[in-house]
Amino acid sequence: MDSTTLIAIASIITAGLTTGIGCMMPALGEGKSVSSALSSIAQQPDAAPTITRTLFVGLAMIESTAIYCFVVSMILIFANPFWNHIIATHK
Amino acid sequence: MKLSPDQTIFWQHGFITINLTIVTTWALMLVLIIAARLVTRKLKTDIHISRWQCFLEMIVTGINQQIKEVGLNKPEQYIGFIGTLFLFIGVANICIIFPGYTPPTASLSTTTALALCVFMAVPFFGISKSGLKGYLKSYLQPTFIMLPFNLISEISRTLALAVRLFGNIMSGGMIVAILLSISPFIFPIIMSALGLLTGTVQAYIFSILATVYITAAVHDSKKSSKTKSVTNK
Repeated sequence: MDSTTLIAIASIITAGLTTGIGCMMPALGEGKSVSSALSSIAQQPDAAPTITRTLFVGLAMIESTAIYCFVVSMILIFANPFWNHIIATHK
Repeated sequence: MKLSPDQTIFWQHGFITINLTIVTTWALMLVLIIAARLVTRKLKTDIHISRWQCFLEMIVTGINQQIKEVGLNKPEQYIGFIGTLFLFIGVANICIIFPGYTPPTASLSTTTALALCVFMAVPFFGISKSGLKGYLKSYLQPTFIMLPFNLISEISRTLALAVRLFGNIMSGGMIVAILLSISPFIFPIIMSALGLLTGTVQAYIFSILATVYITAAVHDSKKSSKTKSVTNK
């Protein structure tokens, strides 16, 4: 196996793992926060606007970790710097 | 596959490049400004107002109320910045219902520029509220050991703002493009509808986070100047 094949294999497998794990963990966290927000809205419906706004801000914070993983895997697949370096030196 | 609208270049001369992002951004700015001029040309205080004036009043009142609920008591000072952010990102994301349109927020350069605006606006509002000294003191809260962590959080939240908006909008377009090649009939429409929802929520989140950061800066510096005046007495 030459280095281009190795880089391709490593990038594809890492991209899949990154998106997989990076979707699982934030999904667990978001589920927990949404469920506790829903139960607190059910207990105190008067506080619903405050809870909803705080929930949105918190969800954005949690979701950004998943977005980081997505961006990393997109870079690995479509704009891989190591791959581009190998291609450039071979020419 | 094109990752961002930056790669569609119309005209290039040395340092200056005119790409799809710049063209779309200027078109959106023109549309927003012209629409606002047209609506506010004939403002009335009657019982009967035009429906566009009613629409604009709803938007402005809603943004004011949201800013007030976060904790800024005079939303008139801040709506110029926060409302513009919300309207620009919202319109840029909602326009994906037009075919052939690429949102400028799907390019990292636009979102970085917007996040840098927030990065600059936080010290601006903090200093204008309580002076340079009071604002700089807020970095030393609660103790001076926290100074590097406060600085790191300032930079990392700017990065997070930029990458969050970029990643959400870019992933929406990317999912539609991938689905078009797999099942090109009904499914991309559903994902586009989901993209409209995500775009609106992201515009809301971006402006709410900017409001929260500005509120934190204003309140922290107010608190530190208050404790200082107490100790002086």
